[in-house]
Amino acid sequence: MSGRDFVRSLSDRSGLAVPERPSVALIDPLLMAAILAIIGYGLVVLYSAVEQDMATLRAQALRLSLALVAMLVAAVISPRLYLRWAPALYVLGLAMLVGVLLFGVTAKGAQRWLEIPGVIRFQPSELMKLAVPLMVAWYLHDRLLPPRLLHLCVALALTLVPAFLIVRQPDLGTGILIAGAGLAVIVLAGLPWRLIGFAVLALALAAPGFWYLLEDYQRSRIVTLFDPESDPLGAGWNIIQSKTAIGSGGVFGKGLLQGTQSQLDFLPESQTDFIIAVIGEELGLVGVLILLLLYLVVVARGLFMSTQAPSTFARLVAGALTLTFFVYAFVNIAMVCGLLPVVGVPLPLVSYGGTSAITLLAGFGIVMAMHAEQNWHRGH
Amino acid sequence: MLSVRGDSLKDSDHERQLYTVRAVALFFFAVVGVVVLLARLVQLQVWEYETYSVKSDENRIQLQPIPPQRGLIFDRNGVLLAENRPVFAVNVVAERVTNLDGLLAELGRVVTVSADDISAFYERLGRKLRPYEPVPLLLDVSEGDVARLSVNRHRLPGVEIGTRMVRHYPYGELFSHAVGSVRRITEEDLAVLDPASYSATAFVGKRGVEQFYERSLHGEVGRELVEIDARGRIRQVLRTHPPTAGSNVTLQLDSRLQIAAHAALGERRGAIVAIDPRSGGLLAMVSNPSYDPNLFISGIDTQQFRDLSTARDTPLFNRATHGQYAPGSTFKPIVALAALASRATSWGETIEDKGFFKLPGQERIYRDWSWRKNDSGGQGRVDLRRAIYRSSNVYFYDLSTRMEIETLTGFAASFGFGANLAVDIADARPGLLPTPVWKQGYKGETWFPGDTVNMSIGQGDLLVTPLQLATVASIIASRGVKVRPRMLLSSDKPLDEFDGEAQAEYIGGPSHYDWEALVDAMEDVVHRGNKGFQQSGTAFAYIGRDIGYRMAGKSGTAQVVEIRQGEEYSEEELTEYQRKHAWFIAFAPADAPRIALSVLVENGGGGSSVAAPVAKEVIDAYLLPRLAAR
Repeated sequence: MSGRDFVRSLSDRSGLAVPERPSVALIDPLLMAAILAIIGYGLVVLYSAVEQDMATLRAQALRLSLALVAMLVAAVISPRLYLRWAPALYVLGLAMLVGVLLFGVTAKGAQRWLEIPGVIRFQPSELMKLAVPLMVAWYLHDRLLPPRLLHLCVALALTLVPAFLIVRQPDLGTGILIAGAGLAVIVLAGLPWRLIGFAVLALALAAPGFWYLLEDYQRSRIVTLFDPESDPLGAGWNIIQSKTAIGSGGVFGKGLLQGTQSQLDFLPESQTDFIIAVIGEELGLVGVLILLLLYLVVVARGLFMSTQAPSTFARLVAGALTLTFFVYAFVNIAMVCGLLPVVGVPLPLVSYGGTSAITLLAGFGIVMAMHAEQNWHRGH
Repeated sequence: MLSVRGDSLKDSDHERQLYTVRAVALFFFAVVGVVVLLARLVQLQVWEYETYSVKSDENRIQLQPIPPQRGLIFDRNGVLLAENRPVFAVNVVAERVTNLDGLLAELGRVVTVSADDISAFYERLGRKLRPYEPVPLLLDVSEGDVARLSVNRHRLPGVEIGTRMVRHYPYGELFSHAVGSVRRITEEDLAVLDPASYSATAFVGKRGVEQFYERSLHGEVGRELVEIDARGRIRQVLRTHPPTAGSNVTLQLDSRLQIAAHAALGERRGAIVAIDPRSGGLLAMVSNPSYDPNLFISGIDTQQFRDLSTARDTPLFNRATHGQYAPGSTFKPIVALAALASRATSWGETIEDKGFFKLPGQERIYRDWSWRKNDSGGQGRVDLRRAIYRSSNVYFYDLSTRMEIETLTGFAASFGFGANLAVDIADARPGLLPTPVWKQGYKGETWFPGDTVNMSIGQGDLLVTPLQLATVASIIASRGVKVRPRMLLSSDKPLDEFDGEAQAEYIGGPSHYDWEALVDAMEDVVHRGNKGFQQSGTAFAYIGRDIGYRMAGKSGTAQVVEIRQGEEYSEEELTEYQRKHAWFIAFAPADAPRIALSVLVENGGGGSSVAAPVAKEVIDAYLLPRLAAR
């Protein structure tokens, strides 16, 4: 069944009138191609990072397949459904975040999981990565844009409350990303540049104050960023080794499977958060550049698709989700390069681990659904 | 398409336009972000590539030094005096241990782990350089412990057994002064040693042969270029440069003679040095009391070390090479030869010995050693031969006044007085040969005729070591051939420290007849007996009655003028430590000597009665089997 036939059959089942001419494909070929390219590239690098352990590789391939299915499911859901259910989803997520703080399961020193013993265990923060932009877009979509101050404040609250709950778990990385997703909606909705400028300035001035709100381990990560040698065997080890891995890769890299930093285990977390260092070491500047260009293609296509969406809600959601994806990639690479403190953000679609891939691809499924909204409109 | 909410109109096209501008702007920011990342990557991968490339190699490539096998030390019969044996250490890799205290407690149930071991372990743990570095917990465990640890291996994750070779001295304290020993390298040693060649070495020769031949015994360090992973495990060996073992050396020492000499001295404080006069080879070197050098290798606790270093009997002190004593009458043959060489006397000349001596115009009386026992007024007519076998002080008092003091000291210097003649005992003390120049410079006093008189019987400021007196015995035995004492017999490789054989030197002055007559007189010391009152050699009564070969000897009894500094004694012990030192020098067979020696018994009393029997026991042990075999 080709993509187009698939679209048609979905339209048939939705009970809506079949469009007069084949309009926008449900699965955007260019976005899909770029995503598949990133996934394929990521699997090749992972093959090296896990030291050719096929079992791990198969597990990851299975997770990614699952994530692609999630994307398809997200893509066929009508944008109206998203609009209708956004508040409910958001409230549910928020309730679960409070639940995590009250009865959550602790692992690795952070309380991030909700568990129904023997049944399921998951991170509500993953759900919020989608629910927050949907909710903020829902709130702003039928208000006059650019938003007025009151609306702005409500939108900010909708963003920052869940972000704050997540930071308290503590999971600073995800908290910041979720705040970013909500803020992306607000900025796309036309928040005056002047206000953005003030906000950035105010944040910069308040930065020293945040120092006192941070946990000790978070402070040490910031100290480490500026002076990794202060604790070379402890906090500084990761960043020293990742910079060494990337730097020693040079322009063309040491060759796949030839990276001494990653293959001899000097590079920690080489399969997960620090996998970009494996690319930098084994495939060099060229290898990282290819990945960056693929990411840029995804962002460009996603943003373009969002501009084509027919409703404000659809545009805001599609644009924000695309930008969030970019922020993921940027924060991860900047962190591994020693430009940002170490926060737990995986490299999108490349790092080993399934949860983030499922959320990301479901996000792109929503982007596609929003883009294809015109299919439904044309019917009227 | 317009929609209405509240009182404001919502302009869809305007919103779309606004959105598009925003999307383009944010895309522009994304591009800026990518450019920032690229700039950082270019910085790391292009500009700083060299730095990180080196860092990455430093991570994985390690130059591991391989310790060389220390050269073995044998005695002249091939008996091992110093060997290397494996020692097992228990190391802990902290990264593989989840509960360190729990593991140490668990280890304590398998082998003995003291609180000191644990605190030393944590100290070393704090100094480790890389993750997964094995940190020593116990430095020396028995093979039984190793077996027990292996059985319990599954309960002790992160525990490793390390093996290394360390020095071992199978004879313990018997050779500790002669062969010396290695000690753990200290901070001060590191300032002197080449850090590269000692990078894999923990011990360095600190005494005796081990010190002198350190460079040759140590060998050349090897190197192994290995690739390691972050856990410190060796993944592959990239290049190997094997170490070169140290030279094996064979010493002149004869362990059987050493054992005999040690036994002859028994519990008494003192020293014995035996030399083969034909080669200068040191056949035995005993200093008593002694210590077990292995203590310094397996680890000596503070209390043990304090006991050893502060003991009144100074077991760490090598009396044979470092103990300096007045030679007493053993110096008389030197005075005799000096006088003969300078024609101050001859074998035929006699003097009247009244039992005391006075310098012209002085009231002070210099007594003969026999003064108290004999109030008959001396030994009567005494010639040089009798002055030696009866050890007449008066004869030598008188003789010394007929020579310039410089003649005597100059001649004594050629026998090695005031100098270290040994080829390969670098730190042997030179003793003291006082001269008018020395006295003026050191004491600020002029040389009095009385100083010469005192010196003629080996008293006053004159000091010698047992090694020096054994050398004197050896030179007389070889009738003036100045053979320098040495430890080394041979080695399997040429040694840096040994600069070839020097041309044999001779003591100039005395005639052939003088040497033979002196040896005859010294034979009389031992063998002349049953000749009536005051006619027997001084040592005859003690060793001369039952002797199967001709021995030449000379006794000496040195007054203890000073108690060694830094020591305090109770009243009772004061007397013991103030008693005279007993000396005996000897060689045999007298006509073709094969062994020459000196014996010192500290505070032993009379040389003939105390030291001579020791000398005979040692020479018996060496000579009798050889004479019987002939």
